Amino acid sequence: MIANIFVIGLLNGCIYALLAAGFSLMFSVARIVNLAFTAYWMVSAYCYYGITSSLGVHPLIAAPVSVAVVILLSLFFQFVVINPIKGSGMSVMILSLAIGLVLQKIVSLQSLSYTIVPNLVEGTMEWFGVTVTYQYFLCLVVVVVVLIGLWLFLSKTRHGVAIRAISEDRQVAGLMGIDERFVIALVTAVSVGVAAIAGVVVSPLYALEPTMWMSHLLVLMAVVIFGGMGSMKGSIITAFIIAFTETSVVLMLPTGGFLRSAVVMAFMIAVLMIKPTGLFGTLAEE
Amino acid sequence: MLLAQKYGQKLKKAISIPSQLLLLIGVISFILIPVFFNDPHTLRLLIMMNIMAMFASSWNLVSGYAGQLVLGHSLFFGVSAYVSAMLNTNLDWSPVASIPAGTLAAVVTGLVAGYPALRLKGIYLGLTTLAMPVVLSGIVIVFSDITGGEMGIVGVSLLSRSRIAFYYITLLILALTVFAIYKITRSKTGLIFQAIRENEMTAQASGVNTTYYKLLAFSLSGLFAGLAGGLYAHFIRVVGPSVLSFGFSFEPIIWSSFGGVATVMGPVVGVFILVPVIEELRAVLGENASLVYYIILGVVVIFAPGGVMRWFVNRIEKKCPQCETANFSFRRHCRNCKSRMKINGVLEEVKQS
Repeated sequence: MIANIFVIGLLNGCIYALLAAGFSLMFSVARIVNLAFTAYWMVSAYCYYGITSSLGVHPLIAAPVSVAVVILLSLFFQFVVINPIKGSGMSVMILSLAIGLVLQKIVSLQSLSYTIVPNLVEGTMEWFGVTVTYQYFLCLVVVVVVLIGLWLFLSKTRHGVAIRAISEDRQVAGLMGIDERFVIALVTAVSVGVAAIAGVVVSPLYALEPTMWMSHLLVLMAVVIFGGMGSMKGSIITAFIIAFTETSVVLMLPTGGFLRSAVVMAFMIAVLMIKPTGLFGTLAEE
Repeated sequence: MLLAQKYGQKLKKAISIPSQLLLLIGVISFILIPVFFNDPHTLRLLIMMNIMAMFASSWNLVSGYAGQLVLGHSLFFGVSAYVSAMLNTNLDWSPVASIPAGTLAAVVTGLVAGYPALRLKGIYLGLTTLAMPVVLSGIVIVFSDITGGEMGIVGVSLLSRSRIAFYYITLLILALTVFAIYKITRSKTGLIFQAIRENEMTAQASGVNTTYYKLLAFSLSGLFAGLAGGLYAHFIRVVGPSVLSFGFSFEPIIWSSFGGVATVMGPVVGVFILVPVIEELRAVLGENASLVYYIILGVVVIFAPGGVMRWFVNRIEKKCPQCETANFSFRRHCRNCKSRMKINGVLEEVKQS
């Protein structure tokens, strides 16, 4: 039981951590709550499946192609839909939700519901008495590599510094000659790219369905709020806390499947009542 | 005689202001609709429109006017629907008693849900309230022996057997709701709500007890949403976890933003346009209806950011540059002071409050 919780919780925690890192990056720089974020993740998983199974392309080629497709899609929506109205937080929220629902509808029109995607690497092994596939380990490795890559990008490169500058003080950053529109486009591409990678690596491990982005969106919200909006470290730590809590609830309680969001949400409300900015949050007001 | 003259003048004044004339035409046509279209399907749609308009207006009061972002508004609706359905089926209360009881429960829920608003702001508050209906639906699943669990509560009795009577009851309650919200927003309380929305710190510094007014906004919102929830339970006759769902929480936000946030009639206009539109689209396009619906919604939100109602009123109504009286935009001279409406060939843009 404990080993099961550990193994499943670790996978979910990794996926939540990747998604939360991207979401938190987008929030701290572009200052928008993009509800379509997990929809891009879902589209990427389906895109990978579609390219590998219907077109018969090798998975190693299909993976970068589907990530690129999703990034282009998100840039398109960012420029056509979100940018004209980004002054109003409420409109951004509604339109991004609408984008997510449109994407969900388009995917479900392809009649691909409840799809099982073949593994990239075959084989299984015993780990703490639980049978796990090599794909699972591949997923963990990719997540760690992407998170380290993201951290290096943000702390060592010129563009990474520009991104952090914009998130700290956009007016001063503008005075230093940083092009805000370019940085926002870059951040959209990077954060959606991270979500798309999460979609590609997870697609063989999850049973795909077009509505899966909704439940992940709810958990993702809990993660970023709980960890403190805009704090990437906080998001990653709370991603694992929430994933382990959720998995324990599902595996230990009799009606756990129905209760997992409820328990996570109750937990989140309790934490916010004690510490209103989340565990590591700095941005109390915006 | 004098009375007739007084009301005649009032009426004349009302119909020369375009937006009020439109409102008058709207009210009269909704009173007369059941005379011409009384098939059960149309009446069902009309009743749902009335109930949802109350729901959207209640969201608009707490989030549009008082500025407390609530993303889980289905909480109030769901609490009231569940409480009135449970009282009705388990304890055999008549709808006349169970709807007020459900509404009262929603008001209390409003006070409880308003508590986080005392500490949290903006998106933090929004997501905390978003979590609340999720937690409640978890509770509903746990106590499934009295709440019906996934299947919901079935066999709730109807408030009225005749659909036409039901329609007039809901129309009356909607009219009272809208009138109450109009009065609230035009009173000192409404002014304080908007002061809290614009700058809470300044409101506090001016001596406003923001704790009291925030909780008041939440409980008033709970009151109107609760009325809608109780009526819904006694109309649809089935209450399941879908009234607490994520999607249903976003509906009032979508309707209000479409019609116009922080306007009295905006949410009502939004519901009265969008609910029939999605219904028609479903009938014509079937599965693909929501695709078209969201694209329409997106285009409207991008091109009329203040909502369709403000957009439309700005088209038909222009303020006189001299005396600021509202005029039909086709008039060349102001009806009040007879001065020219155009200055240098440019019409003054009307700023709606």
